[in-house]
Amino acid sequence: MAQDIKLNLEEILLDISDLHVQYNTDDATIFALNGFNLQVRRGEKLGLVGETGAGKTTMALSVLRLLPDKIGKVTAGRILYGGDDLLEQTEAYMLGLRGRRISMIFQDPMTSLNPIVAVGDQIMEVLDLHAPYMSRYEKNERVDRILSMVGIPPARKMEFPYQFSGGMKQRIVIAMALIAEPELLLADEPTTALDVTMQAQILDMMSRLKQEFNTSVVLITHDLGVVAEFCDRVAVVYAGKVVEQGAVEQVFARVRNHPYTVGLLNCIPDLESTAARLIPIPGQMADPTRLSPGCAFADRCVHCMDICRRKPPKMYEQDGHWILCHLFKERED
Amino acid sequence: MYLVKYSIKRLLMLIPVILGITLVLYFVMSLAPGNPAQQILGANASDEQLAALEMEMGLDQPIIVQYANYILRALRLDFGTSWINGNDVLTTFMSKLPNTLLVALVATLWAIAFGIPMGIYSAVRQYSLFDYGSMVVAMLLFSLPAFWLGILSQILFCVVLRWLPATGIGGWQHLVLPALILGANTLAAMIRMSRTSMLDVLKQDYIRTARAKGASRRGAILKHAVGNSLIPVITQIGISFAGCIGGAVVTETVFTIPGIGAMLINAVKARDIPVVMGSVIFIAIIVGVINLIVDLICAKVDPRIDLAA
Amino acid sequence: MGNQNRQDSLERSTWQLIVFRFSKNRLAMLGVIVLGLMILAILLAPLYMPYDEMIRQNVFNKLHPPSAQHPLGTDELGRDLLARVMYGGRISLFGGIATITIAFVAGCMIGGIAGYFGGKVDTVLMRIIDMLMAIPPVLMAMAILTALGNGLFNLIISLAISQIPRFARVVRSSVLTLRGLEYVDAARCYGCSSFKIILRHILPNGIGPIVVAATLTLGQIILSISSMGFLGLGVAPPTPEWGTIISENKLNLRYCPYLGIAPGICICLVVMAVNFIGDGLRDAFDPKTKN
Repeated sequence: MAQDIKLNLEEILLDISDLHVQYNTDDATIFALNGFNLQVRRGEKLGLVGETGAGKTTMALSVLRLLPDKIGKVTAGRILYGGDDLLEQTEAYMLGLRGRRISMIFQDPMTSLNPIVAVGDQIMEVLDLHAPYMSRYEKNERVDRILSMVGIPPARKMEFPYQFSGGMKQRIVIAMALIAEPELLLADEPTTALDVTMQAQILDMMSRLKQEFNTSVVLITHDLGVVAEFCDRVAVVYAGKVVEQGAVEQVFARVRNHPYTVGLLNCIPDLESTAARLIPIPGQMADPTRLSPGCAFADRCVHCMDICRRKPPKMYEQDGHWILCHLFKERED
Repeated sequence: MYLVKYSIKRLLMLIPVILGITLVLYFVMSLAPGNPAQQILGANASDEQLAALEMEMGLDQPIIVQYANYILRALRLDFGTSWINGNDVLTTFMSKLPNTLLVALVATLWAIAFGIPMGIYSAVRQYSLFDYGSMVVAMLLFSLPAFWLGILSQILFCVVLRWLPATGIGGWQHLVLPALILGANTLAAMIRMSRTSMLDVLKQDYIRTARAKGASRRGAILKHAVGNSLIPVITQIGISFAGCIGGAVVTETVFTIPGIGAMLINAVKARDIPVVMGSVIFIAIIVGVINLIVDLICAKVDPRIDLAA
Repeated sequence: MGNQNRQDSLERSTWQLIVFRFSKNRLAMLGVIVLGLMILAILLAPLYMPYDEMIRQNVFNKLHPPSAQHPLGTDELGRDLLARVMYGGRISLFGGIATITIAFVAGCMIGGIAGYFGGKVDTVLMRIIDMLMAIPPVLMAMAILTALGNGLFNLIISLAISQIPRFARVVRSSVLTLRGLEYVDAARCYGCSSFKIILRHILPNGIGPIVVAATLTLGQIILSISSMGFLGLGVAPPTPEWGTIISENKLNLRYCPYLGIAPGICICLVVMAVNFIGDGLRDAFDPKTKN
């Protein structure tokens, strides 16, 4: 596995660097992303882990440039995709990109589908938008094919969303996201709203389809268990920043981790472990309306030092596994 | 086929409603002070005359018998005669109904034609000048008394400018002002309703999904938002149309249109109970039919509504 | 004890938040000011304008345009229009408030009973309500008015009855939602008394839609009263009311438009102020619906 990653090292599909995003509402300014760095390689499955409100969804919306109008704003940074900075592209370019080269699956399948349009038409809309040259017959064929791939009988494409269960709706959403065979799929907690058995099925299916279309997947989740099972690499997000990034083996080896990752790992129930209880991370998530000059995790960190509150930590890297923490900087010195 | 079945079922459901309304009204009216026979014959009628008429009208019988008789006669489409001029209630009502329906229909149509696009565009361009403008218009039309608006526009357009006829019925010119005034309130309701509904729909996840598929904002709005935003507005159309029939009372008085509104006002003032009673029944039926049509349209737009169930 | 204090502060903050949101709404505050000034002017009318002024007929003084002595001019009977508008406001405005109060109380009782007891009681009451909703409220009011006979008091009763079904519905749905809410159960579980539950949890959350409905309906009721007055229902002629004032000056409006402008604007201002307040209350009670 580690070798695969090395082989793909040059092929960085998405390169987000120093991305800053803020939401300006009537009441406050929320700093959602504060120097967000992330690399996604072609064909890989990357897990993006963090608490609710850490900025995972914001990152996905920024890539598609679909941040809420007038409220969400990118204040700094670059989003390189296939060499182009998406932040500098025209809206017309983005229209051709969304759904065609980058697809996104949203969290709640219940509300992701238009209740009054037949599901087949909603899937076909992607082809209408991106393959207008295709004949109606051909489009129908494609819709039928993708539907059977996600396990929905194509005969049901005339039906409406309310006639499907939650799991089936998510399959339809996935079909919609994959029909144009995109290079990158941003899946925002695609299984959170589903029950556990359905979760496994959906993830399994996504794995298969990913293989089929050679799509890179960014799986946004708060479940490290899912990441361990499904992903090649993992990035841990805290307060709008990726604090640790590396191969799943490297991160889960628990040799060297960001204190926040340690906390997350301690929250996974382990059947073999003899420990009687899970260890929660103390304190609450950093207030996104106030930025600290140092490390955002300092207040909750058991290893917190003086420097943590004053200066932002520098990157510590080893074999493509990097951590943003003063702890390791110190050790290196 | 199930549509016909559904419609018949809905219309049959009107029967208990109408029975209930008439029962309540009948009792309230029977409790009312004053003797109807006296009212018809005038103050200087003799006691014998009064007694004879009371007998003829069945007023000497218990109220429940009177009510039963009324309903039985109503089943044969006999709704009695006016106490004032002796005209048959049903015939009079039917002769005046077209005038009222025509104005109400034109009023509702223009209000829909302008109100819905205005509301939707306001929502799409929220906080724009257009948005503020249409909200001000809606608020004004909501707060202006229709009779005042009617009189002022009558003076301006009919008396001063002489562009339009002031009163009565006839060509389309007679329809312009009454329909505009009657529809004003509906227009306000349409603007507000479709704006609120559209703003709500624009926040929905499926709009974002459509954008993520590569639809432009405009495309996503046209294909996914407009249809969904119309669903609550269609229900409002039924309510508004019923409101227009009620509002006809004012416009028909201001513009002297011989419709059911003007007829009702006179009947209420004269306490002409058969006319009022009959009109209420007929209007309840009309409103019932309108609501049925609205529900059928809703079911057409929204696949989640299953009429067969 | 500490828990108790936190409870109190929570409760206070719910109401404070509502007041705060409302006071931040500029249109709503404008409505409050306009309505307040209007009410003040109407209530204090006897202080600066004797009642005689309004009824004193003086044919030599008829149809005077606005002047220092008669700021709004005089009607065809030589009566001061300003005085008539101010005294007329009592009926238009307070008639409306009386109507809404009756409808509010009756609607709360019926809707509350239906929602609280549920089951058969609910079914029967709601059937009756649905039945009454089959007729446009204006016609309903007119039918009742026919039975009761013309007159201001009867008009108020009729209009109130015609609005009861709508109130009952709003109240019932509020009660139903609140009855099933988890936080009410939770409050009950940790030992809140019924009274406290109602005060802290049900009232701030449940009263919102009802108060908003009442305020927004008040505007329509004021319009209805003046429309009825204009049509000759409700108020008897010598008594002024904004609608009747316009009606009695109808024929002179062509050459003396000022006779119709002032009462019309009064109606419009009051109704608009009430509607702004209603909208403001809606946003304050439920900021989620704010657009």
